[in-house]
Amino acid sequence: MAASRKPTLAVWKFASCDGCQLTLLDCEDELLAIAGGVEVAHFLEASSATVAGPYDLSLVEGSITTPGDLERIRRVRAQSTTLVAIGACATAGGIQALRNYADVDDYLSVVYAHPEYIETLATSTAIADHVTVDLELRGCPISKGQLLDVIGAYLHGRRPDLSTASVCLECKQRGNVCVAVAGGTPCLGPITQAGCGALCPSYLRGCYGCFGPVEGANVAGLVDDLHRQGLTDPDIVRMLRTFNGYADAFREASLALGGTPVTITASPERAS
Amino acid sequence: MSDPAPPPAIPDERTLRVEALARVEGEGAMYVRTSGGRVAEVELQIYEPPRFFEAFLRGRSYTEPPDITARICGICPVAYQMSACLAIEDACGVTLDGPLADLRRLLYCGEWIESHVLHIYLLHAPDFLGYPSALALARDQADAVQQGLDLKKTGNDLVDLIGGRAVHPVNVRVGGFYRVPTRRELAPMREALLVARDQAEAMIRWVAGFDIPDFERDYVFVALRDPDRYAVVGGELGSSAGWSAPIAEFDDHVHEEHVARSNALRAHLSDGGPYLVGPLARYSLNSAQLSEGAQAAAADAGLGPTCRNPFQSIVVRSVETLHAIDEALAIIERYDEPDVAAVEVVPRAGVGHGATEAPRGLLYHRYDLDDQGLVLDARIVPPTSQNQAAIEDDLAGFVDRHLDLDDETLTLRCEQAIRNYDPCISCATHFLDLTIEDDDGAGPGATDRRPPGRRGR
Repeated sequence: MAASRKPTLAVWKFASCDGCQLTLLDCEDELLAIAGGVEVAHFLEASSATVAGPYDLSLVEGSITTPGDLERIRRVRAQSTTLVAIGACATAGGIQALRNYADVDDYLSVVYAHPEYIETLATSTAIADHVTVDLELRGCPISKGQLLDVIGAYLHGRRPDLSTASVCLECKQRGNVCVAVAGGTPCLGPITQAGCGALCPSYLRGCYGCFGPVEGANVAGLVDDLHRQGLTDPDIVRMLRTFNGYADAFREASLALGGTPVTITASPERAS
Repeated sequence: MSDPAPPPAIPDERTLRVEALARVEGEGAMYVRTSGGRVAEVELQIYEPPRFFEAFLRGRSYTEPPDITARICGICPVAYQMSACLAIEDACGVTLDGPLADLRRLLYCGEWIESHVLHIYLLHAPDFLGYPSALALARDQADAVQQGLDLKKTGNDLVDLIGGRAVHPVNVRVGGFYRVPTRRELAPMREALLVARDQAEAMIRWVAGFDIPDFERDYVFVALRDPDRYAVVGGELGSSAGWSAPIAEFDDHVHEEHVARSNALRAHLSDGGPYLVGPLARYSLNSAQLSEGAQAAAADAGLGPTCRNPFQSIVVRSVETLHAIDEALAIIERYDEPDVAAVEVVPRAGVGHGATEAPRGLLYHRYDLDDQGLVLDARIVPPTSQNQAAIEDDLAGFVDRHLDLDDETLTLRCEQAIRNYDPCISCATHFLDLTIEDDDGAGPGATDRRPPGRRGR
């Protein structure tokens, strides 16, 4: 193969909603230019033509939830020079990681009449728990701007420009009035990584943690504030346990608050 | 060339297999087996891993399902948010009207535009034109594809403006919104929608010119109906079989069944028959309520008042796109900022039902709340699990009539027939891991498309 060939891009899906890979198709102004700069070698949502690996850049969406996917992610890693995990499912197990706090057999019986038909792992875990990940792109969903920056950085051999500050910094940059201090709205902004552009406070809503815990997050300090705002422990546990609910800092803080707010009883009504 | 070989004999036993369907949302496979010149077995297999939404919704607050269930599907999060809001508000005895209800429809119009146009240009049109992807199509028809992308962007921009972002909007809440747009903020959208209107009309002409297989089916249609408008957010259940019912009676009409080999629960009507939801059902039941412009464009595109050819769904989707643009324009025209961004919703013990028309079809939610507003039980019936039986019936009917085609052509046509439904397998998976029949017969090309590690035991 000629040295000047275009780098190959592959997009892989594990347990997820498809929203992060859709973000690539949502780059309406850039998509055809991207397709000009890379060879889209494997992207099932967009193309029925696939090219065998190895791949220069793999974007991996979704979390690992089945024995089969555990094997598949290793194969994807082996075929990929650079592997970028995209989105909260891939970086923290996603909303489906709520099963990690429960008994998956109970979950099975709630949803399915015949749990014996289903093959699933007891946990939903991040890609980096199983293979080496070169870069993680946070968010539920990821930010289009960050995705374009990562692809651009890869093509030009530079480091991607990803903020590691908290949502609070982005909020100040936008000139928002603080929804927590001025409005008394519970907000995870101080402990959540930037990337969304402080979207929720801009819509007069408290941040709900789509980009996961910021490095060095003072979660205990925020929990004190939330208590002062009148939230109960179960309220705070629910706030912490959403799309990034199994990310280390959110998990530890929610466990420290004790109890599991999710009680599951088998549902008799779903007969086949 | 001068001495053509006789056509190869069609074998008695044939197997058509697609291990990983492309240009659909989520992970599915197709399996068709013929025997003695007839279809013996057809399966749309859903192996997308289960995510257990209905289980972990238990114990969550009544305020949370709109954000949580949005994560079932990145393509139609607004549909999940809207059905969830309606069901919870129903449980709490609240109904929205006026500008707040209008804003919900406006947001939903944005999702219809972006989802329909995504499917038309990026997922489905390549089938009709013989390309593996829109990216490949763009090498020959760059202007057409870019126009589609521009139109899709207008839909996304509308979701973005009202909802805060195109995927998993942040601005939706039970009772309304966190912040409502001003008239002034909506004004630029009007200009963009007027451009989109022309693009949609061009799109309708483009898809109407495709070579569409002649394939009529005898469906039972089910869609929402609303005396005042082409129903999208709420209304009543209506069927081409002649019945109608309040959404609260969904369970009396639809049963879900858990069958082996598929990770989705499969829905059928209480009489045991399959039915169809989605663009064809909506159009056939409600086409007289489309905007004038959409009705005229439908007639020009050769559609009658009903449509029973699933391969024409691409035309119906394009007509619905124009309708969504017209409805969005009308809403923006009459919009007055409401006094409050949300009405108060006080939780109470009870059961609530909600249904809306996701781009792919009827999406039903039901929540059982306790007196603190915690979810005791949740039920979600997405469109693709309702359509699974109809998809398989289409495949069987299509293959039966086209056994003269060679395996490759017939397989491509079958994939196209599945994509007629814009199936959203991420949604349909209720959330399972399927065991695919163990077979090493796939050739080297097929091996690349096979998701590793999903073999049978």
